[in-house]
Amino acid sequence: MVQQQKGEIGGYRRDTESHPPYLYPDYKSTRLRAPEKPLVISPHTLSEVTGPVYGHGLIGELDNDLTRQHEGEPLGERIIVTGRVLDGDGRPVRNSLIEVWQANAAGRYVHQGDRHPAPLDPNFTGAGRYLTDDEGRYRFVTVKPGAYPWKNHDNAWRPAHIHFSLFGPAFATRLVTQMYFPGDPLFDHDPIFQSVRDPKARQRLVSSFDLETTEPEWALGYRFDIVLRGRDATPMENHR
Amino acid sequence: MKLEPTPSQTVGPFFHYALLDEDQSKLVASDHPSVTRIKGTMRDGAGEVVPDAMLEIWQANAAGRYAHPEDDREDLPLEDDFSGFGRCPTDAEGRYEFVTIKPGVVPGPEGRPQAPHILVSIFARGLLKQLVTRIYFPDEEAANAADPLLSSIEDHALRSTLVASATSDGSLRFDLHLQGEDQTAFFDV
Repeated sequence: MVQQQKGEIGGYRRDTESHPPYLYPDYKSTRLRAPEKPLVISPHTLSEVTGPVYGHGLIGELDNDLTRQHEGEPLGERIIVTGRVLDGDGRPVRNSLIEVWQANAAGRYVHQGDRHPAPLDPNFTGAGRYLTDDEGRYRFVTVKPGAYPWKNHDNAWRPAHIHFSLFGPAFATRLVTQMYFPGDPLFDHDPIFQSVRDPKARQRLVSSFDLETTEPEWALGYRFDIVLRGRDATPMENHR
Repeated sequence: MKLEPTPSQTVGPFFHYALLDEDQSKLVASDHPSVTRIKGTMRDGAGEVVPDAMLEIWQANAAGRYAHPEDDREDLPLEDDFSGFGRCPTDAEGRYEFVTIKPGVVPGPEGRPQAPHILVSIFARGLLKQLVTRIYFPDEEAANAADPLLSSIEDHALRSTLVASATSDGSLRFDLHLQGEDQTAFFDV
């Protein structure tokens, strides 16, 4: 390993290939929002390798159980979603905030902008938070979200998904993504899922059914591991 | 063991109730002695306002220190009540506003100082991954001219999109254009 000089910093690996492009015309909203000018390559300075240490004071006891945030139980199929957050070298990302949000079992979000004529559930908000443990593990109890229509194209439906927002250790590791359910028949018709061009990378967005997580007489279990960027051991970016 | 990263997906239009249930746009109190208000409007490639985006900012404190374990320059003070992180949605007119302070100088590549700057991440429907930009300050002409990242941008007009402008009410204006002639400079971080 190269000796790091004072003031030099090992940057995070660039992993452009795994991510969708900004412009993916089949997803119509990208057409007027994707930048057209080439991105400016930013070295990883102290600004990018530090990042918000955020959310530690926010977490309430029931924040990771989306089925117990109201007086009664929400309708729908109760599920457990669990997994680990790892960095690109397989190390756990510890004590790091995960935020999730999702539609209810009927495919409706508690959001004034959601006009889908499916019922709201007075016992379901669909928002949760959790801090990963020492092994990078997290666990949510929720109901399986429904598919819902959107106006991207004729007869467009989103496959069932849960939104995930993660910080990781640095500004450069921030990730917002969506978790899908195995075998969803809508995958081939969804431009947001298909915007990830590499089929192997796409599969990393799909959770797997997990009998070990499944609790008898209670709830099906799904496993979804999340990998944030890995870090160079040597100060590469500073020598570009 | 090398693992491939989980791909990014759009934040979509329905995140507000989960991510913005508390106002996190004020990093300091409005009556802080060196308060800086930064506001602007976000527009798309058709010049229409973007009413459903979220901005996050990350910055050092006035001494140039980040509230993060990796910034271990203990000779510089940390303040318990300044995290350096903020979040703000755009409103129906595409506007956002942060209440914060101007950060100090922080070290950059090869020990060269970086001009005071604030990192910005933008999330929105239609953005399959976040956009990243930086806010620089108009009263830092010399530092901006010497800033390693700013000075690496040869296109003068593009570079100037990163410098906020002073307004008559004392706040700073930093408009965002996602596309088009006036497009803001965005970074590959």
